[in-house]
Amino acid sequence: MPKITKITIFTVLFFILGVFYLSLTRETNYNTSNLISKEVPEFKIIYFNDSNYFTNQDLKKNKYTLINFWASWCYPCKIEHPILIKLSKENKLKMVGVNFKDKSDQALQFLDSLSNPYDILLKDTKGKQSVNFGIYGIPESILVNEKSTIIKKFVGPLSIDDYREIKKVIN
Amino acid sequence: MKSKFFLLIFILYSSFLYSNEKIIEPNTIHKNLRCLVCQGQSIADSNSDFAQTIKLVVKDLVKAGKTEEEIYSFMSDKYGEWIVFKPRLNLHNSLLWFLPYIFLVFGGFFIFKIIKKDKKS
Repeated sequence: MPKITKITIFTVLFFILGVFYLSLTRETNYNTSNLISKEVPEFKIIYFNDSNYFTNQDLKKNKYTLINFWASWCYPCKIEHPILIKLSKENKLKMVGVNFKDKSDQALQFLDSLSNPYDILLKDTKGKQSVNFGIYGIPESILVNEKSTIIKKFVGPLSIDDYREIKKVIN
Repeated sequence: MKSKFFLLIFILYSSFLYSNEKIIEPNTIHKNLRCLVCQGQSIADSNSDFAQTIKLVVKDLVKAGKTEEEIYSFMSDKYGEWIVFKPRLNLHNSLLWFLPYIFLVFGGFFIFKIIKKDKKS
């Protein structure tokens, strides 16, 4: 077999194995890294109890804001609720709850039974506004600073480690 | 007279083609968006909650006059490049786009060499 053929076959095999290796080790899950350090996009979400809107400009009024997407039908939201209650005691942090694709009476019942950790309560009945924040399931939380820059996004229920991380950032 | 008639047909047909070009079919966009909570399904194939929401947002964006490219770009900004089945050309996937052409050139060259060698012998 000529030398050039051997080199070609070896190179092609090496390349194919390389592509397989890279493809198998590549992270294909959704990750939120592309949102970090970006400014919160323009949004307009209606308040839970009236017809006014909360916008991205309102985020600039607070040093830090945690936007939490939740619903009464979401079991993991119940799991993270004690963490939200703990976070609501932090002075530098404004808690904004976005009730996601939920029924108002059930949402209120949920907050009545577990207590309300939110300073501001909003609702996104169709879930369309949540797309602006890259939400694909709940619970999800976004930590934003006064410049309206996303510091961190938490996918899934907040854990005690997340609580410590948020506390470290805001203090 | 005949040339005027053909000119008229040509103008009408061109404007028809141009107007067709501007219509964005939401289902085409749904087919090119990945359902992030499903196993290998597109937004068009899925009935999940996430897919329903994305369909509503795509409908709104089309209504707002956004182009297909702008909609893909919006979705990529929110959910990352992973949401689009047909990725945009960038440094990470440049090999994927150019490799077939590289193989074509090298393969052609290789075949040419073999044929030339066969002819000589």
